[in-house]
Amino acid sequence: MVKVNGEAVENIAGKNVYEYLSESGYEISRVAVEFNGEILPKARYESTLLCDGDCVEIVSFVGGG
Amino acid sequence: MEDKLILGGREFSSRFILGSGKYSMNLIEAAVRDAGAEIITLAVRRANTKEQENILDYIPEGVTLLPNTSGARTAEEAVRIARLAREIGCGDFVKIEIMRDTKYLLPDNNETIKATEILANEGFVVLPYMYPDLYAARDFVNAGAAAVMPLAAPIGSNKGLATKEFIQILVDEIDLPVIVDAGIGRPSQACEAMEMGAAAIMANTALATAGDLPMMASAFRYAVEAGRKAYLSGLGRVLTRGASASDPLTGFLRD
Repeated sequence: MVKVNGEAVENIAGKNVYEYLSESGYEISRVAVEFNGEILPKARYESTLLCDGDCVEIVSFVGGG
Repeated sequence: MEDKLILGGREFSSRFILGSGKYSMNLIEAAVRDAGAEIITLAVRRANTKEQENILDYIPEGVTLLPNTSGARTAEEAVRIARLAREIGCGDFVKIEIMRDTKYLLPDNNETIKATEILANEGFVVLPYMYPDLYAARDFVNAGAAAVMPLAAPIGSNKGLATKEFIQILVDEIDLPVIVDAGIGRPSQACEAMEMGAAAIMANTALATAGDLPMMASAFRYAVEAGRKAYLSGLGRVLTRGASASDPLTGFLRD
């Protein structure tokens, strides 16, 4: 189980971050990723494998003041 | 004469910073155009794959993005949000917004100063949203802020320049652009703040709750420009008492 944006997601351990983001429908050029509390640069999405227990935050811009 | 707003070494002709919250993304382009805005604020939130639309697709090219750290309750949380915002890859401007109070949404100056220092050292162009306090403003200068953003009134209240006297003190004493943020509800209030010497105005709710958003954006544009020109020209004096004729006091048609 990997925790993504606060929710438990099953069956994604083993995928790399790039695969997970694109398969889930995230627009990679429009998000930023925090992996176990650290910023994950886009250049490392493909080389970073998701493992059980990992904690991933995926953010994007929304309207705000 | 060139009259530019300079933030983090970047020059801007417009002195009106536009918010993008609480209205349809379809109106952003018209709002930016009619406001003449060159800077637009955004928030950072957990991404959602269900919504296919991304706000970045609605913001005209060339507009500088100013992500805020709304949702942060501490310096640490604000720093985290700012770093994530920069990682999205749209520049290094950030408006720090740290609130522990959910009723009045007042900024925590102490935490904001801490976050400003950390982020300025990391190369961010830091614009801190603040309560207009002179000591805090001096601390923001020392922490490396690119401007200070004192509130006029509580966020979203449209109440106008409730903190007028204290904003004037910042304008007079602080050697950074003073950008009046939050609470400005009408173009006349924006104009008044600019006449006082504010460097720029930021507004969101005033437009989002207006009847015709692009038209109100245009009204703010002209109000900010009028206030700026009035400030630069130097306002006329106010008489303590009595009157002062504008017409010659000779040549009357009388005996």
